[in-house]
This record gives sequence, C-alpha cells and structure tokens, in this order.
Amino acid sequence: MAAPRPRNISVTEASRPILPRHAKLRFDETRQRWVILAPERVLAPDDIAVEVLQLCDGARRVNDMVDVLAVKYAADRMAIMTDVIAMLQDLADKGFLVEAREASA
Amino acid sequence: MSPTLTDATPLPAVATDGLSILESPKSAAETFGIPLAVLAELTHRCPLQCPYCSNPIELERASSELTTEEWKKVLSELAEIGVLQIHFSGGEPTARKDIVELVQHANDVGLYTNLITSAVLLSRDKLKALADAGLCHVQISFQGNEPAAADRVAGLKDSHRKKLEIARWTRELDLPLTVNAVMHRQNLHQLPDIIQMAVDLDADRLEVANVQYYGWALKNRAALMPTLEQIEETSRLVETAQERLKGILAIDYVVPDYYALRPKKCMGGWGRQFFNISPSGKILPCHAAETITGLDFLSVRSNHSIAWIWQNSDAFNRYRGTGWMPEPCQSCEFKEVDFGGCRCQAFALTGDAGNTDPACTLSPLHERIFKTAEAEASGGSDRFIYRNFAGGTPEAGSGDAS
Repeated sequence: MAAPRPRNISVTEASRPILPRHAKLRFDETRQRWVILAPERVLAPDDIAVEVLQLCDGARRVNDMVDVLAVKYAADRMAIMTDVIAMLQDLADKGFLVEAREASA
Repeated sequence: MSPTLTDATPLPAVATDGLSILESPKSAAETFGIPLAVLAELTHRCPLQCPYCSNPIELERASSELTTEEWKKVLSELAEIGVLQIHFSGGEPTARKDIVELVQHANDVGLYTNLITSAVLLSRDKLKALADAGLCHVQISFQGNEPAAADRVAGLKDSHRKKLEIARWTRELDLPLTVNAVMHRQNLHQLPDIIQMAVDLDADRLEVANVQYYGWALKNRAALMPTLEQIEETSRLVETAQERLKGILAIDYVVPDYYALRPKKCMGGWGRQFFNISPSGKILPCHAAETITGLDFLSVRSNHSIAWIWQNSDAFNRYRGTGWMPEPCQSCEFKEVDFGGCRCQAFALTGDAGNTDPACTLSPLHERIFKTAEAEASGGSDRFIYRNFAGGTPEAGSGDAS
C-alpha cells in the first residue's frame, strides 16, 4: 500500500495551473453568471476569479498571468502576484486547480 | 443508488458555493428557481438487492421506462431551463443499454454528468466509452470492505471484488471517484477499514452515509438500525479521519436522523432546490415521495413542461415554504432551517405527511419512535428482506447466525 499522497498543488510564480477534468468553468445563461461545476457542487466565482481562471490554460505560468493582469489593470505587479497566488491556492486547496502535466516549459 | 444525495443537501452550501449565491432566499420567495442539479433515475432494474435501497417498494417495471429519445428530450429541456448537473442513477443506471448515448447527449447539451452506480455491470471498455462520452464523475456504492459480508448485503456474489476492480479502472481513466459507503448496524465496525479502502482506491471523496429509514430501509429497520454507542463512535472516527486525511480524501458524513436532535433539512426543503425524475418520467420532489399517498405526481409525458411542473404542480406546492406547517413547526424558530424535516418520514411514521418529522425532538411522537429504534438496535434480528420486484424476499437461513 502506497502512502497517501496529497492531491493539492502548492501554487508558486512558476506554476502552470489548469482546471482538472472534473471541474468545468462555464457561463450559466439562465442565471447570467460564471460557475465552476464540480462533483456534487456548483461554485459561483466572482468576476476577478473568473478572469484569472480563464488565464489558467495549463500553458501560462502564474508569472505570465500576472503580466497580463498588470498591463490590463495598470496596477502594481507585486500586489497582483500576492492576490493571484492566494486566490489560486485557495482554489487548489479545494481541488479545483491542478498543475499542468507535461514537463516541457 | 445513494441515499446521501437526497438525504444530505445535494450541494453543500459553504460561503463560496453556488447555492448561496445562485439560490438566494429572495429569488426563492418569489419563484422557485430551477434546481442546479437533478437526479435522473433511469431505471429501477438493479443486479443488487440491498435491503436499504432508497427506491420505492413499488418498483417501476422496464416496460414503463422512458425511451432513449424521451430521455434525450428531457435532458435537453433540463439544460435549456437552467439545470447544470445531472446525476444518472437508478436502480442501476448502467442496466440501460443506452447509458453511453445518454451521457453523450447530456454532455452535448452542456450538462455536468455524474454516474451513481453499483459498478458491477461495468466493464473497462464500457467505462472508457463513458469517459469518452464526457462523463465527469463516478460514484460507486460499497456495502463494506469484507467481501463475504459486503456480498451478503448486496445479495450478489462476487460483487465486492468487481466493485474494487471497476473503482481502480475509474481512476486509471482519470475519472474522479467518490466512494459511497452505506452504513448500518451490521457494518459500522468496518468503518476504519472502509476509510483506508477509499484512500487505497485513490478516491477523491468518501461518503459515510448512514442509512435513512424509509422505503426498503424502513422495512429492514430492525436489521439495520445502529446503536447510539455505534453512532457516537462513528462520529468520532469520521472527525479524526477528516483531520488526518485533509488534502487526500474528503469525507462527507450523514448521521441517521433518528439519533439527531433536529430533523434533516430534507432535500433542502420540499420543492426548494431539488427534483428527481423516475424511470417512467414522473417529476418528484424526492425519490421517496411516491410513498406518500394522495399526491399526484405529473410526468414528462404529460402536456406540461418540466418547468411548469416544478413551479405550479400541486404536489410541489403542497409542502413548499412554511405555510403548510402545523405546530410545533409553525411557531418554531428553526422552521426555515430544516423546513420541518422529511415529509416521507413524517408520512411513514405518523400516517400524515403534513406532520412534524418525528426525527425532531419537538415532535410529540419522537420519544416513542426513538425508543422503538433503540430497542430494535439492541434486540432486532439481523436477517434482511432483500429488495426486488416481488415486494421483497426474506434472507435464506438464519441471518442471526453471524
């Protein structure tokens, strides 16, 4: 029997997070808002979380995502980095983000 | 079939969850928003005969089941009116030959798909086909972790070994897995091993679901009811395991409401956030609702749309909100917390679905029913009545020999 392995990633600037197969980010036409669909759950991320999650394509690193957001909002890069990592870590802890698989950069 | 799905809130409501935001009390007071998730009981056929099955005693025959085209139409309609998730259940949903086609269609119309299965009819190829059709999540029921004891509960030889095999394939195919362990007096001692089994199977989630007593389980209550000591020990074990396995295995826990002080908020309240569709297409506020006589449940085969049935049918409106409540519910400060508990249980135990659920300590019948349960837990026969289309078959030999 293998030792239990923690499933959750630790989000850093170099992480390339992506939604796992069982979590789907969708626009809910009926309620006119974005939702994350997951086993037995429906989450309603706020606008900022949606914007960040849409950047989580498994190719971008957190670093790249922060670049995009810093330009768009003309805001301090370090502040955005702190907020984005905290938000992504929270989602990762709940099982809604994983690390993209392939090893290449 | 998972008792948990219906007995616990179908979607846990924590701060960031959709429920609290998407189904705000304000919108619910005016019109009842379409549920986020719907349970589709595709068939009542099942190779297992579990004595606690949540299906009604009067099972619907194969000949009355909706056709593939009817189910597809239903799935499209659900997606159109705003349902986001579909739980395919039964009976055993994979007993339907069109299960892959239905999962594919649900996926095509944008529904998040969950398969609630006993697993024993699945093969690796079938599971692969389901994954390719877009299946998002698999929930497999387990009857315990000791093969012989588990097979006895299921009433099917070799079922436990098959379940383990299929659970492993599920993870190999990278499908998320929930282990649903239905717990009762005769298997609660296995809980530590069941938790380890879920970890070893690399499950994402474990539901420790104590049997809820209506339908078949009520028929078998004397054989299933745990003792108060067992429940206290279980709660302690679950709490410890939840802490120890943080980040490895999420554990949901459903207590048997006979031993709770307050009744469960059954279905999140009658007609508030959930409905299920029976094999023949009846729209029900809960899968046990047909045990209540005197309610007329409309079908998708009627002239009405699903949304109309949800909003306007008499069966859904009968116990909606708080206006129908008698005392002690009417003046109770918890009336919008638990909505009076479970209507089916009130009907089964008091003969009137409009009474306070006797699971509540404030019910005048609570004391008597609790005492009965206690007596059954310590002195009841272990012999099962197996679930089948013939109205049940007593276990052969003496089940008390164990």
